[in-house]
Amino acid sequence: MDLHLIPGAVASDAERDAIDGVLASGPKARHLLLPALHAAQRRVGYISEGALNHICVGLEVPPAETYGVASFYAMFALAPRAPRVVHVCDDIACRTRGAAAMCDALEAQVGKPGDSVPGGMATWVRSPCLGLCEHAPVAMVQEAGLRPADYDLAPVTFDQIRSVMATAPQPQPVRAPSAPQTLSPRAAELRLLRRIGLVDPQSLDDYRAHGGYSALRRALALGPERVLREVNDSKLVGRGGAAFPTGRKWEAVARSPVRPHYLVCNADESEPGTFKDRVLMEEDPFALIEAMTIAGVATGCEVGFLYIRGEYPLATSRLTGAIAQARTRGLLGDNVMGEGVRFDIQLRRGAGAYICGEETSLFNSIEGFRGEPRNKPPFPVQSGLFHKPTVVNNVETLVNVLDIIASGGPEFATVGTGGSSGTKLFCVSGCSSRPGLYEAPFGITLRELIDLAGGVRDGRPLRAVLLGGAAGMFVTPEELDMPLTFEGTRAAGATLGSGVIMLFDDTIDLGDILLRIASFFRDESCGQCVPCRIGTVRQEEALHRLRTSRSTNGIETELALINDVAQVMRDASICGLGQTAASAVQSALRKLPIFVPGGAS
Amino acid sequence: MTPAVPLPLVREVEVTIDGRLTRVLESATILEACKSIGIETPTLCYLETLTPVNVCRVCVVEVEGARVLAPACSRQVEPGMVVHTDSERVRLSRRLVFELLGSSVDLSLATPEFKQDMARYDARPERFNADPRATVAQPVKVDNNLYVRDYSKCVLCYKCVEACGTDAQNTFAIAVAGRGFGAGIATEFDTPLPDSACVYCGNCIGVCPTGALMFKSEHDMRQAGTWDESKQTVTDTICPYCGVGCTLQLHVQDNSIVRVTSPIDHDVTSGHLCIKGRFGWQFVQNRPPS
Repeated sequence: MDLHLIPGAVASDAERDAIDGVLASGPKARHLLLPALHAAQRRVGYISEGALNHICVGLEVPPAETYGVASFYAMFALAPRAPRVVHVCDDIACRTRGAAAMCDALEAQVGKPGDSVPGGMATWVRSPCLGLCEHAPVAMVQEAGLRPADYDLAPVTFDQIRSVMATAPQPQPVRAPSAPQTLSPRAAELRLLRRIGLVDPQSLDDYRAHGGYSALRRALALGPERVLREVNDSKLVGRGGAAFPTGRKWEAVARSPVRPHYLVCNADESEPGTFKDRVLMEEDPFALIEAMTIAGVATGCEVGFLYIRGEYPLATSRLTGAIAQARTRGLLGDNVMGEGVRFDIQLRRGAGAYICGEETSLFNSIEGFRGEPRNKPPFPVQSGLFHKPTVVNNVETLVNVLDIIASGGPEFATVGTGGSSGTKLFCVSGCSSRPGLYEAPFGITLRELIDLAGGVRDGRPLRAVLLGGAAGMFVTPEELDMPLTFEGTRAAGATLGSGVIMLFDDTIDLGDILLRIASFFRDESCGQCVPCRIGTVRQEEALHRLRTSRSTNGIETELALINDVAQVMRDASICGLGQTAASAVQSALRKLPIFVPGGAS
Repeated sequence: MTPAVPLPLVREVEVTIDGRLTRVLESATILEACKSIGIETPTLCYLETLTPVNVCRVCVVEVEGARVLAPACSRQVEPGMVVHTDSERVRLSRRLVFELLGSSVDLSLATPEFKQDMARYDARPERFNADPRATVAQPVKVDNNLYVRDYSKCVLCYKCVEACGTDAQNTFAIAVAGRGFGAGIATEFDTPLPDSACVYCGNCIGVCPTGALMFKSEHDMRQAGTWDESKQTVTDTICPYCGVGCTLQLHVQDNSIVRVTSPIDHDVTSGHLCIKGRFGWQFVQNRPPS
């Protein structure tokens, strides 16, 4: 290909060094595009024309395509920007804890989002959910330079943001624990959270001292066929939201004659209100590495890609450390555990795009293309990453495999209910007394779970629960006896989704929450298909009109528009984002007294 | 002597479309199957000469047993498939796609087929006219003498990107950039075309269904109010430049060439040309100054 570069744009030495460091990490291949863009941005705070040229030459990708990819991600800047960027979450969970007012105060007293403070060293921007909802309100700092650093401020205050923007970064205080059940008195019967709070997440030895790597040892002894059988017998289904039987997925790839096979761990946890995978990765990273290795061995994959969202700096650094230690000890590499099996993991960071949690978008993102979803069929087990048979599993799904191998599939299936085996992680946030990550067997009711987390803060009355995240549904206080299982929520016309349970009490303006959900989808639509690209915009506009009573159409007409748009998004969008972009809004309009005469807002 | 080559095995499958049982090649798409029995399907981002991207969703149909609608242009038939092309769900989705596009994009120069389809589905974009209403309205990009880009008419069908890329020209001067409603067709950093990789083949203009990409000659005449297709004739000829033999269709108004196209079903061009055939015709009308 005859590459036509941007005339006269040359990378600085610093940019060149940063990019070359990435390009040298493997053979020249387009899947290094996203890491190379990250490297450039981390070095100088944005992706310059010169840096883009340098990447294009290195990877032989046309500049227009590279620009198309870079401009897809919210965390990349394509014009000079302050090296320190504070991403302040103003999404729904943080809104229940004052984030909107904090952002307004920042705008009034510090400057508009994107504007630099005097000296040009720092700026702030509004961010969608950062996945730290149990600590709300929160922020994440991206610091570019020779020693780049990304870190969270959770919880964060207005004064903290102002001081971080004014001075050099401070040492980070240790975050409060995320899983209340792991505190004293520690809950019995924890499975997924078993080691959390007990094990040193940075020590492979400590992980092994707590039973780590016995599951892989056993899986290697059993062999792939038996592992597949155990996973099938466990009746494990995916925890990312779609609840597809894991064993069937694994088997389809394991049996495929097309080679190579790929394993992908979907750690792009971006559903507003979801933080379960983050806690697992931060507190027990070796568990995920071990589980991925078992999955790889069982399905004939020699490479696993671990795609983690760009907003998870601590989890990223813990996993990077865990992968390195596992390699050193022969637990990853050409001869795993000395058993002659090859498996290794490549970690990839996203860069701010909810859509990349959609599995086919995630493949495109890894491959160095825009994170646009692909049409299905073909399904990933037939044609996934690099168009090869691919197992793609969520973090929580994979971590379940350790127990399945350790105690056997049938034993695992005895926990939970017939249609939903095992335990589930629930992300409790919003107006809860003790927000955090909770583990419970499937079948616990919504009411029991809310009580487990201490009920509503300050004993206030509950007005609504958002179940399953922004792509989920609102349920009312009358529906709390719903059993939390895939089949139980389905029967109630709701969804378990990613396990989000966000509480809203009578102090919360639900119209404001709905509008934030609508604007979330508007911002996160990839723009590929018409129903979602324009539908998410029209949905938000109509809600805005209803809320500000600026409608010249009248309520009935606006609701008819919203319903029509909802149906075309659900029926005709390419992927799950568009198909669920109206579900929370629709459920709220159906069940909650919002936007109706005499309603609360 | 030519060695005997076994005939490829061509299998047919039975599908039911709108209650009619029909047999089509197993490689056929639902769109092709519909066409074979005379069912008209609206399309926008689909073109025979390009890889289907199925992004506009105007061709969606209902496949029994599927949770959501399927794009007819790219979904392959399966044995026993039962398809509905005129159900209430299908009609609503098609109408809404037209309305959503019509409410945000200037469709005044869209193809006649497109406008007929909008009427067929009773699309009324003005339903969405209340404030606030985001549109893609923006100034026309005029940065060279050959063609202009008016992205306020862009429906983001990806056709120009495909024609610039592996489906025709392999130049990769443009790509989709940005995200969501802000996504649009762009060169790197929105650099003007003369600084980009563009080779001015004009194949993007050839595939654009909404007049967003247009000959500068046509743009200027429209600005001056002199563009009049009723006064235009179309003459087929062969490009005089090289030995490939591309068919050119000269669109002539008032004895001047105002636009050049090539038929999409032409064996040699598939509708695509190069800069010379597309734009290099000024010498024909190099008349002495009057």
